Amino acid sequence: MTDQLVQQIVNGLLIGFIYSLIAIGLTLIWGVMNIVNFAHGDFLMLGMFTSFWLYTLYGVDPLFSIPVCAALLFILGLLIYRYIVSKVMKGPMLAQLVVTFGVSIFLANLAVFLWSPDFRLIEKPLLHGTWDIGEIKLSIPKFVATIGSIVVSVFVFLFLKRTKTGKAILATEMDREAALLMGINTERINSISFALGSALVGIAGAFLSTYYYIYPQVGGTFGLIAFCVVALGGFGSIEGAFIAGIIVGLAQTLGGFFIDPAYKFAIVFLIYLITVWIKPEGLLGW
Amino acid sequence: MGTKKLWVIAFTFLLVLFLSISVYAQTKVIKIGAIYPLTGNLATTGLDCKRGVEMAVAIINGKYDLSLPLAKTEGLPNLGGAKIEIIFADSKGDPKNGMAEAERLVTQEKVVAVIGAYQSAVTKTASQATERLKIPYVCSDSTSPTLTERGFKYFFRAECTDTIFAKNQFEFLEDIKKKTKSKIDSVALLYENTEWGANVGKEEQKYAKEFKYKVVADIPYSQNATDVSSEAGVLIKNKPDVLLHASYITDAILYTKTFNELGFSPKGFVTMAGYLEPGYLATVKADGNNMIVRSTFALDLSKRKPLVAQVNDLYKKKYGMEMSGNAARSFTAPFVVAEAINRAKSTDAEAVTKALMATNISGDQIINPWKGIKFDPQTHQNIYATGILVQIQNEQYNTIWPFDMASRDVVWPFPGWKK
Repeated sequence: MTDQLVQQIVNGLLIGFIYSLIAIGLTLIWGVMNIVNFAHGDFLMLGMFTSFWLYTLYGVDPLFSIPVCAALLFILGLLIYRYIVSKVMKGPMLAQLVVTFGVSIFLANLAVFLWSPDFRLIEKPLLHGTWDIGEIKLSIPKFVATIGSIVVSVFVFLFLKRTKTGKAILATEMDREAALLMGINTERINSISFALGSALVGIAGAFLSTYYYIYPQVGGTFGLIAFCVVALGGFGSIEGAFIAGIIVGLAQTLGGFFIDPAYKFAIVFLIYLITVWIKPEGLLGW
Repeated sequence: MGTKKLWVIAFTFLLVLFLSISVYAQTKVIKIGAIYPLTGNLATTGLDCKRGVEMAVAIINGKYDLSLPLAKTEGLPNLGGAKIEIIFADSKGDPKNGMAEAERLVTQEKVVAVIGAYQSAVTKTASQATERLKIPYVCSDSTSPTLTERGFKYFFRAECTDTIFAKNQFEFLEDIKKKTKSKIDSVALLYENTEWGANVGKEEQKYAKEFKYKVVADIPYSQNATDVSSEAGVLIKNKPDVLLHASYITDAILYTKTFNELGFSPKGFVTMAGYLEPGYLATVKADGNNMIVRSTFALDLSKRKPLVAQVNDLYKKKYGMEMSGNAARSFTAPFVVAEAINRAKSTDAEAVTKALMATNISGDQIINPWKGIKFDPQTHQNIYATGILVQIQNEQYNTIWPFDMASRDVVWPFPGWKK
């Protein structure tokens, strides 16, 4: 029993940190621009496919394709912001809501068209197998992804707190007009945030591709959870998203194990409901 | 004659020509609607089903030396060699879409019958629409028992129901106990929670009681999960002798990987549907070995049924791959519909329904391992449908049960995961 308890905590943490990394990118974009990027999950899918094709065509292990995924998704984020999102920012609220949704459907179907709806798996990644620690089984690729997720999150945190651009992003997030008055080029901040958010989810995609199967609709599944994590952590809060990701991961596995697997998502949403009841802005939102 | 008169004559001539062409076209092409999940999570499955249907239509419309109905003639001989045309519609795996598409097929595309849907939940809503519009619906790929318990007048099913499959699973366990002296007392039920899976769970509960097995875990789950370690944890904790798993494809892959990772190894995995997909084996490869799957088709049935190999050869030539269980299931419905229309000598819905009631296709005319197709006058369920069990060995599906149909011996108990 205690073995299974520890095992479930381990499993919860392993999936939770990945949720965190996916959600951080989403919350960053929301915080700065007040726009919900519905295509976030599809960016994740593109990250996974980038990693898959680098492996299949050039034999690059997913671990080494992380910078490529990040760079490609950064550029894609820039382009999508410049040519699609920034255009509708001036338009009505509804247009802003719908535009990323359109991008999402386009990307998922483009992936079906280009690569077929088949399921794919990176067969022999450098990282594979499990460590047996006593009775506890620890999946090596998931463990490395967890470490990677923590490292990347810390970097993002430091970037935001320590660098000039990072501080400008935080300032824009707090008060756009005031930031504009202080001479911050908010348009530039917008595009950097959007691209950075995309790059982060690209990295998450590369990590995920070491153990999860890859198919065009994979983004929908993870995207939905990312929204829940962002809402729980507080819209726009990086720290909030990080902590909420872990909470959701643990709630899913522990709740599922001790109460009933059928209710695991109900438990996650119950935690969310209780949180917003007590603190409507989310855990660390303001 | 003035120019005006000439114009009138020319116009009349054109009109007559145009009308005759459309009348000609109407008798020459019979439209049948087919609903499948062509996009979304089940897109690979939908594509597979679509290929099965296309293969069947190619055989009906062309001339082939096969024992299938209507194979030896081009088109439908009783309707002047009319050709079948399939109008595919995309359910996106969603019952709401399935229903809307069924309505569109009937009211706009003017199809004379509808087939398909694959998912029981979608077949349920889509056939509600056709029932209301009084158009026959022939299903050869959904297995939820409730579909033929609604007393519908226009709904027919050639495929087995989960009631039969669930019973088959326990009969298999009884047989395996006798054959291998393996001690099997408990089972765990794991199933996806929509129409199909939930019903399988219900039937399995019923038969577990009847065959006196202890159900140590009963776990419904949502198909779109990112992580299933808590489900696996509950299974490991309860140590069932055998796992009965009803899944679609994404969950089959995810569970296989998770079971391997966490080392869940009961004496046997007896599974359904998702484990039968070409996409499943292509993704998990050797990890799929030793899984036992219920089926109504396997390529090695050709040892007893040469027709299976003949059709598979044609299929391979057309699509460059072996026919899967799902393609084979969907393959059957177009023949049932076309054969009935041919006998009815009409595309009128009432006449076709009447002909379907009188359907009596013999076992050598189908690729399924059944004695034939004949619908129960009350429920419209094929009274001859039965299931077989196949096991993945060396990354191939082999028939292992009923033992007298088996092409290979069953591997039992499960030998454990390869790291």
